[in-house]
This record gives sequence, C-alpha cells and structure tokens, in this order.
Amino acid sequence: MTATLRPRWPDAIARTVVVLLLAFVIFGPLANLVLWAFAERWYFPNKLPQEFGLAFWKRVFDPRGNAVASLGTSVAIASLTVAVTLAVAIPAGYALARLRMPGRILVLLVFLLPQAVPNLPVYVNIARVFYELGLNGTVLGVVLVHTAHGLVLAVWIASAAFAAVDVSLEEAARNLGASPWRCWTTVTLPLALPGLIASAIFVFLDSLDEFTGTYFVGVPDVTTLPLLMFNASMGGNYQIASITALLLLVPSILFMLLVERFLKADVLAMIGR
Amino acid sequence: MNERSWAGLALALPALLVVVTFFVAPLLMSAVLAFRGKDGGLTLMHFEKAIEFYSTDLLFSGAIVLVSTAAIGAIAVAIAGYLTLGENPRTVAILRWLYRWPLFIPFIVTAQVMRTFLAKNGMLNHVLTGVGLLDPLQAQSLLDWRGIVVAFVWKQAPFVTLLVAGAMAAVDRQHIEAARNLGASRWRVLFEIVLPQSRRTLMVGLVLSFVTMLSVLSVPLMINPNSPTMLTVDIAYRINSHGDYAVANALCLMSLALASLGAWFYLREAARKADGA
Repeated sequence: MTATLRPRWPDAIARTVVVLLLAFVIFGPLANLVLWAFAERWYFPNKLPQEFGLAFWKRVFDPRGNAVASLGTSVAIASLTVAVTLAVAIPAGYALARLRMPGRILVLLVFLLPQAVPNLPVYVNIARVFYELGLNGTVLGVVLVHTAHGLVLAVWIASAAFAAVDVSLEEAARNLGASPWRCWTTVTLPLALPGLIASAIFVFLDSLDEFTGTYFVGVPDVTTLPLLMFNASMGGNYQIASITALLLLVPSILFMLLVERFLKADVLAMIGR
Repeated sequence: MNERSWAGLALALPALLVVVTFFVAPLLMSAVLAFRGKDGGLTLMHFEKAIEFYSTDLLFSGAIVLVSTAAIGAIAVAIAGYLTLGENPRTVAILRWLYRWPLFIPFIVTAQVMRTFLAKNGMLNHVLTGVGLLDPLQAQSLLDWRGIVVAFVWKQAPFVTLLVAGAMAAVDRQHIEAARNLGASRWRVLFEIVLPQSRRTLMVGLVLSFVTMLSVLSVPLMINPNSPTMLTVDIAYRINSHGDYAVANALCLMSLALASLGAWFYLREAARKADGA
C-alpha cells in the first residue's frame, strides 16, 4: 500500500540496479570466457589481457590439431546418437501417446527413472561392463551411453508431439480410404514433425555436451570436445579451454533462442537437462 | 489383452530395452557390487571404508547441494514472481530475455566459465575492486565450495525459473486482480496466492535440480578437486586411481540415498496433495 504513495523514482532506480546486477551475473562470466579466448598473454595482476590475438584459434583450427579431430568425433557421435535414439524413440513415443499397452504405468516409470536418479553410478558400472566387452574407448560404446541418456527426453518429446496431433484428421484420412501406413506417413508424421525435429536437436546437443559418461566410457581413445576442453583446462591452457568452451556454447545459445519456435513451454518444462 | 494393446508394447519395447540395459541394469549392479565382498559374500566392509575416508565429503556434498537448491528456489521464485506480477512492462520484457541465457549451457562449460570468472585474477574481483567494493589486497579466489554453489545456481536457476514462471502464468488472473483490488501488496499476492498454486512445479524443479547436482562430476572436479570435495569426485578418484569399484559403488549408493531423500520429500508432498484432492 505504502509503496504506491511514495514517489516512483526510488522504484525505478531499484529496478535498474537489480536488472544491471543480474545482467552482470549472467554476462560477466561469459565475457570473461570471451576475453580468455582472444587473450594472447594474460598474467596476474593485469585486469585485461596484455595482448589480444588469434594465435590460439589458429592452433585450435589447425587441420592436424586435436581440436578439429575432437570436433569431428563429437559431431559423428552426436549424429549416430540421434539416428539410434530416434529409431527407437519415435515408435515408443507414438505408442505411449496413442496406443493402449499392458503395464503402461510401469513403462512410464522406466522412462522417468533416469531423470530422478543420479547418473554417475550408471556410468561407472557401464564402464566396467564395457571394459570387459571391449567397448571402452570405442565410438560405439560412447554412442550407446549417449543414447540411453538422450532417449528419455526423446521419448517424452515424441510422445507429446504425437499426442498433439488431432485424431479427427487421421480419422478423416482413413474414412477417405487411406491405408493405415499411408495415413501415418502423410498425416500423422508430418504434423508431429516439428516436435520430432526438436527432439532430434535436443538429443544432438545433449550428446555434444555430454561429459561424465564419455569421461568413463570414452577413455582413452575417444576424445570429444568436452573432454578436450577438460584436459586443456586442467592442464592450465585457459585459451584452448575457452575457445573450445565457446564452440560448445554457440549451439546451446542458438537452441535457447530458437527453442520456442519448436516447443511450447509445457513441453519445454519436461526437458532442460 | 487384445492384439492392439500388445502392438503398443511391441512398439515401445526397443526403447524400453535400451533404458533397462543401459540404465536400470547398471544401477542394480551398483547396489550388488557395493555389498559384495572379495569372497562373493555379503559385506558392509566397503561402506565402512567409504565412511572412514569420505564422511566429510558426504556432509560436504549434502550441504552444497542443499544450499544451492535453496538459493535456486529463492531466485526462481523472485524472478518468476516479478515476471508474473511486475508492473513495469519494459523491466518484465528485459528480465524475460535475460534470465534464461544459461539454460542450455552444459555443466562442463559452466565449470570452465566460473574457473576464470571466480579466480583470484578473475573478472569478478576486478570489477569489485574497480568500483571500490573490495580492497585489491583482500581479493581471494572463490574456487572452493562457494565456486561450486555459484556454478550450480548459475546453471540451474534459469531452468527452475522457466518451470515456475510457466506455472505462475497459469494462475487465474482474476484471483490476482481481486486480491490487488482489495489492497493486498504484491508480496502478499506472491506468497499467499501465486506461490501456493505453483508450489508443486517449484518442488518438481527443485528435486530435479537436486538430483542433477548430486551427479555432476565436471563442476566439482574443475572448481574444487581437493578435499573436502563432492562425492562425485571421490567416486571418479576411486576408479581412476585405484580401480576400486566396490568402494566407488558404496559411495554411489550413498549419493543415491541423498537423492532419494530429495525424492522422498517430493513424493510425500505429491501424496499429501492427492489425499487432499
């Protein structure tokens, strides 16, 4: 009550200060990262790099360097993960959205579990089994781990996408004499496509950014970008680490800006891991 | 069961198999290995060792994750509350654009970002000394438990805010207008009308964040790898340096127990809600 009686300007100042603080908290760390990515030399106690340059970028993008190889590995693993994940997630999502099934609650629970349980124990034991099977340090091993992780989100999004398709459109197609398969490929699938594309993008990013699973299963032969970044950072090479971090940031931020074109907030609420 | 319903299960089966093989089975294996002695019999030896070596880290992990969860909850409610009840459209628009930037930034990148930002020579200290809030001689590195908390909150608060803002937007505007017309302050409207109606969403977001933070390896490993540190770092250490899966799995079960504590609060809340309805 009293707030409305006081002059408005203290409010406006408080608002501006809070927004500026928040902007600093969010963009400050990112700005620091960008500075490191372009710093040629930066020693304590200088507030800004003594020398800016692109020498480290040249090193990162050297075709014979580790970074380009890691980028290739990362993109290959992420693409394979998307292919495997969608191949099993689309039928499952459709079944959960549209068909009756015995033990439906239990099935839903299994697909919820990986969200509600810490993943580290899983990776630790998968790595142990994969080691015995000779899958450690192979692209296949890493793809399988990423698939299990991305699958849960993919099934949820696919299921939501199919549930949103109007059943009466499918019935109309069937009444006009379309076969079930034709109805599915010309009506259901195209209408659910935006959601499915979103889930593909999400699985791709999830795989691109994944660290813990790759850290246990990928060693020593599979080095993805996050592992390269980790090694550079722990080795004290902040420039290489920051450039790699920037490479990983770009797709994440693009997705953040574009995601609402594909997904409504209620579906978005299911993801974000 | 008719044929159609079995068709449904058949379509879901491949996905189900993947999750069971690569998630559920390793999880069960963790429980088995943590209790199995060298002779194959049942033992609590690994837990004794885990507690002897790492009880400090168990408490440390619990405390860090609790503090982070509380901070995430407070920030999410504050931002989502302003987005719902704020009266200055421009501030609301700026805030809506601003808060979500870290949403999809991976933990590993967050860790690297904070490693530079919070370091003794990082931008935070430079800005604080620049505006005169901090004496340069007193500048210190925040790369300890504080760095872990900052990284967790920075990364997870936007996620919970997104969920809570969605739930708050769904609250009937008429309730809000009525309370405002009767003279309730915005704080009262937030805590007595809007927040109670979006409480479940807030709880879900916080429990998901709680569980996620418990199993993130990169942030503690990169920000504060030395003791006391989080259980995730100890687990990685037991495996990489000693090949000791038994104690690692005992530690895993301890972090699962912490996580189920969070899940239990959530389920109790959900059950109470179902009872009342």
